[in-house]
Amino acid sequence: MTDQRTEGAPATGEVVRAPALEMRGITKHFPGVRANDGIDLEVRPGEIHALLGENGAGKSTLMNILYGLLAPDSGEILLDGETVGISGPSDAIARGIGMVHQHFMLVPVFTVAENIVLGNETMANPVFLDAHKADDRIRELARQLGFEIDPSAVVGDLSVGIQQRIEILKALYRGAKVLILDEPTAVLTPQETVEIFEVLKRLAAEGTSIVFISHKLYEVLEIADRITVIRRGKVVGQADPKTATEEDLAEMMVGREVSLVVDKGVATPGEVVLRAENLSVADDRGSVVVDSIAFEVRAGEILGIAGVAGNGQAELVEALTGLRRVASGRVLLGDEDITNHSPRSLTERDVAYIPGDRQRFGLVLPYPVEDNLVLTDYHKPPYSQRGVINERAISRRAAELIPEFDIRTPSGAVPTSTLSGGNQQKLIVAREFSRPLRLLIADQPTRGIDVGSIEFIHKQIVAKRDAGTAVLLVSAELDEVLELSDRIAVIYRGRIVATVDGATAEKERIGLIMATGEATGQRVEGAA
Amino acid sequence: MTAFAIGRFASISYRAWAVLGVIVLLALAAMLFNVPYLGGFVDWVINRVPPTFSLIVQYATPIAFAALCGVMCERSGVVNIGIEGLMLTSAFVAFLAGAYLGPVVGTPWAALLGVGFAVLASMLLSLLHAWLSITIKADQVISGAVIIILAAGGTAFFNQLLVSTSGLSGTLILPHLSIPRELTTIPFVGPLLLALLNQGPIAMSLIVCVVGLQILLFRSRWGLRTRAVGEHPKAADTVGIDVYWVRYRNVVLGGAFAGLGGAFLTTELSNSFQDGMTGGVGFIGLAAVIFGRWTPIGAFGAALLFGAVQSAQLTLRIPSSAPPGELGELVAALPPEFFGILPYLVTIVVLAGVVGRAIPPAADGIPYDKESRS
Amino acid sequence: MTTERGAAGGMSVDPTTLLGGSGGLGRQALVTSIAVLAGLLVGAALIILSGALQPGGTLDFGLPLVAYRALLDGALLCEEGFQEAGILCEEGGILDLRALGNTLNASTPLIMTGLAVAFGFRAGLFNIGAQGQFLLGAFASTLIGANLVGVPFPTAAAIAILAGALGGALWGFIPGALKAWRGAHEVVTTIMLNFVAALGLRYLANGPFRDPGATFSRTPDIQPGAVLPTPIDGSPMHWGIVVAVGVAVAVWFLLFKTTLGFEIRTVGANPFAARYAGIRPRLITILTMTLAGSMAGVGGAAEGLGITKNYPAEYGTSYGFDGIAVALLGRAHPFGVVGAALLFGVLRAGAGSMQRQTDIPIDIITIVQGMILLFVAAEVVIRRLLPAARARRATATAAA
Repeated sequence: MTDQRTEGAPATGEVVRAPALEMRGITKHFPGVRANDGIDLEVRPGEIHALLGENGAGKSTLMNILYGLLAPDSGEILLDGETVGISGPSDAIARGIGMVHQHFMLVPVFTVAENIVLGNETMANPVFLDAHKADDRIRELARQLGFEIDPSAVVGDLSVGIQQRIEILKALYRGAKVLILDEPTAVLTPQETVEIFEVLKRLAAEGTSIVFISHKLYEVLEIADRITVIRRGKVVGQADPKTATEEDLAEMMVGREVSLVVDKGVATPGEVVLRAENLSVADDRGSVVVDSIAFEVRAGEILGIAGVAGNGQAELVEALTGLRRVASGRVLLGDEDITNHSPRSLTERDVAYIPGDRQRFGLVLPYPVEDNLVLTDYHKPPYSQRGVINERAISRRAAELIPEFDIRTPSGAVPTSTLSGGNQQKLIVAREFSRPLRLLIADQPTRGIDVGSIEFIHKQIVAKRDAGTAVLLVSAELDEVLELSDRIAVIYRGRIVATVDGATAEKERIGLIMATGEATGQRVEGAA
Repeated sequence: MTAFAIGRFASISYRAWAVLGVIVLLALAAMLFNVPYLGGFVDWVINRVPPTFSLIVQYATPIAFAALCGVMCERSGVVNIGIEGLMLTSAFVAFLAGAYLGPVVGTPWAALLGVGFAVLASMLLSLLHAWLSITIKADQVISGAVIIILAAGGTAFFNQLLVSTSGLSGTLILPHLSIPRELTTIPFVGPLLLALLNQGPIAMSLIVCVVGLQILLFRSRWGLRTRAVGEHPKAADTVGIDVYWVRYRNVVLGGAFAGLGGAFLTTELSNSFQDGMTGGVGFIGLAAVIFGRWTPIGAFGAALLFGAVQSAQLTLRIPSSAPPGELGELVAALPPEFFGILPYLVTIVVLAGVVGRAIPPAADGIPYDKESRS
Repeated sequence: MTTERGAAGGMSVDPTTLLGGSGGLGRQALVTSIAVLAGLLVGAALIILSGALQPGGTLDFGLPLVAYRALLDGALLCEEGFQEAGILCEEGGILDLRALGNTLNASTPLIMTGLAVAFGFRAGLFNIGAQGQFLLGAFASTLIGANLVGVPFPTAAAIAILAGALGGALWGFIPGALKAWRGAHEVVTTIMLNFVAALGLRYLANGPFRDPGATFSRTPDIQPGAVLPTPIDGSPMHWGIVVAVGVAVAVWFLLFKTTLGFEIRTVGANPFAARYAGIRPRLITILTMTLAGSMAGVGGAAEGLGITKNYPAEYGTSYGFDGIAVALLGRAHPFGVVGAALLFGVLRAGAGSMQRQTDIPIDIITIVQGMILLFVAAEVVIRRLLPAARARRATATAAA
């Protein structure tokens, strides 16, 4: 393995115990935020070092500094004991640092080989590329990591799991000695997660140092040799995965004792509010990704849809909310057929929707907070009268909602883009929850926000359920589905493969169904 | 099978082929409905069309150079609607330099120096576009509009100031390559050779530029990086490619092509300059980029097609090269504006997705912000 | 912030950056003024240069003042020692109503085409097609106006203006519909449609609709009832300016005070959120482009009914293209557009007088307009310079 790595590979044989990487007192300010505040981090050769922290704790900032994408305000970086200044990604690459970004940095229309060699091309002569040599080298590298890859495949056609391997190959192709992985499992199935962990362990065993960034406690405990926890830009401590528990880590990460359980009473389901019959939906490319689904949600209950991201959830939600056309089947609200109704028509029927991508769908970021608070009601009195906007009524509304939903903003007139993610999400919740609700569709309602806001939003959802609203909760966070749902439906490749009771659901079993589409050992029909 | 996309050679211009096919079918239909004229039609195709090839190439050359400029810019993610302005400026500079230097260094050299200054001027103006759209991150369409306005105003201003009042006249037209008479008398092939080879140096360099750029774009390091920057600049940035530098280089080098196209107008096609003489060639070039799917060869094919359509308004209406029979009458009855409009209409049809969709580079027209945290 | 735009990808308009998202109204006005000033300074440099380049000329650093004074004379002021028709320039008078009338007449089509571009910006659309829409408006209004035999003034003119609006609306609808239904990018389609309009109308004015009695190819003159009258004696100003300012106020109200305006701005700021909010972005796109086209069309009608009185086959006008610069200088705000159009109207109306008095080619106006636009586009640079300048001034005061 080692001899295959290019320039600057570590000397083989002797064990050097000096840290492969050390970051000392790294500080970085953004306007209004201290993203990193004197952070120290030390990674030994061949170690998998987990960097654990909440969303917004400063993990990505720290790694972007290490990779030369951001310049620190102060602090120093040492590689193999030597102080270095990293001026940019090419500098980082030259010093043996590789990074697998959370959002893959792959060109979809390029081939695997083009993506891997980009920026570090294998040349036939000073002008032209040597494709064959590059292909051979890529195949060889992949084989060493225990898998096969076709260098001429177009990346856009490959699965997310394969794309991640390409990212790792990209780093190794450049001779990375320190490999940073930013939330590498966020988009993977549990199966793919297991496989990537094997690859990482293999790499570490052969001397590569790995920085593994995550906020998932059980993953960190499983893969890491050592854990550094950061909170609000500061290191709050180190932990040994052999002795630490999830509860310990959660408390370090959040800074107080966290109740991992939402307080909720027993549901009292009423009549059926939402019923999907034989529902099929196609994605943008026209392939059917929701395949003859049927389910119902009753008043006063939360139905959670669990599943690995990309199994048709997004399309299902868009079809239910009028943002995407239904290919076949029916959607009923009570007794009324609402198939392919417009978003406006659904709003008028007291259906609310918390979109999964809040900045894309839920908010107009340059608009003032108060305009976003009436984004789904602006056309109705008192906000609009005979086609004219009533600005005063809108301001009055904002003055009520901002304190009620604890939206932290200097005023209703500031642009929404200036709010934090959690407060933006609370704005959406305020807007959607402040009107009569018959059905609530919540897609990833707490993605990427701080724990305080998560708790607040969870409580609000349960309160709505208790008030008789039917709630459809879709989330890729299995923990969230488990905490909130009265019933859980597992979606796999566009089909609901199992429905279980929320109170008695076991995480391991649901995780298995999510990963394989098989319920209780027996293959579910059509799941293949 | 190698991993690098060379297969694109084959697929690029299928749309151009489709359009050509339609034209051939129409011609065939005209023949079938006109059986008595069949002989005349064949005669027309073999004997009267080839002499017009030369004119087609002359019309196509500035369009193709404009399109190469467009390919260079847009492949790296910068939209340049200011090509028209670049060409107008370089046409004027070539003329002016030739006119001033003619008495000093002799005519052929003056013309060549004029071309050099034209290319330089176009590159400088491109640098302005690059600065506005890459460094300043101004809207690229606005930046292009600035170039067009400045070029139109600047050339007219100095034309009036320096030329109109002093009666300055242009230099010699660049000499065309002469080819042996024996070759040109071969039926059909002869006029084709004549059209391609009996051209001045700029038009002759076009084919080299097109083929060279095509190969470089898909097989060289420069091409790989250019395409990466146009598709996913952040990905290119994270592997250490300087996105700004790649874009600057492409926009400025692209300006050189526009400069050649502009210089062609005043040193090779004619030796005079009139205000606004580019007359939309830069915009047709933009259309050729889209029609040719952002590849040099495809854009060249589109330029030839548009050049053929534009020259048709001249050639099809004069009796010596008009088609025989009713087709000839029909063509003669068409207003010249019809041929002028065709390239624009065809582009709209293509954009509307009637003949397959035109998908630009993913980051085309979007400024890259290094510091953006998303 | 990541701004993702429609599925077509490609060239995009980001209204938030375009409309100078940051900074208050005062600061925007300051930045705009600096841009205008800088444009005029570059113009001054060229004036000095042109003075030197003229036969027997020298470097005359006073020439810009003379030239700009001549420009103002021609556009607004009573000219000293040059009062050919100075009936309205009485003793001690400052404003020359005749010159002012020309200026307002030049501003009228600029306001309308500026509005056409600005209105599109608000919905996230870059309407390069104001030129074609303007031509359609001029053609339709003059053609209808020529056929309204015996119809009296307000009625005939109103019908002709409406025809112009409809003509422009058609030329806005096409790219709007192509964008909404087929994803064709409006920047390219509108550029192409400008040429289609210019060439197509040239054919119509030269062929089927040519006035057989005219010496050059043009359509027949409009009927007297369709002519926009000049209400003030001795001033060429026609009613078009009143129409234009009225439309600007209406557009302002529509954009910022009505529910439809909220929807248009929402689509411009985030089309995805607009769909979520129950707005139909495609419908808004078509509607916006159609309305924008009708604005440019009214501009064409005002010019056709007030000035040209017919459609010349070789109609060499650039009001539509100039609308882009007007909209940008006016920050895509209707009142800003009126201001910018008045400024450009002054430049345009006064340029002739400047050329007569100083022999500076009239095209310098185009360069100045281009430079102003350049400085507006590069306003980031101006913004960066501003605090520095203030800091320098502060140190200077402290030192004093």
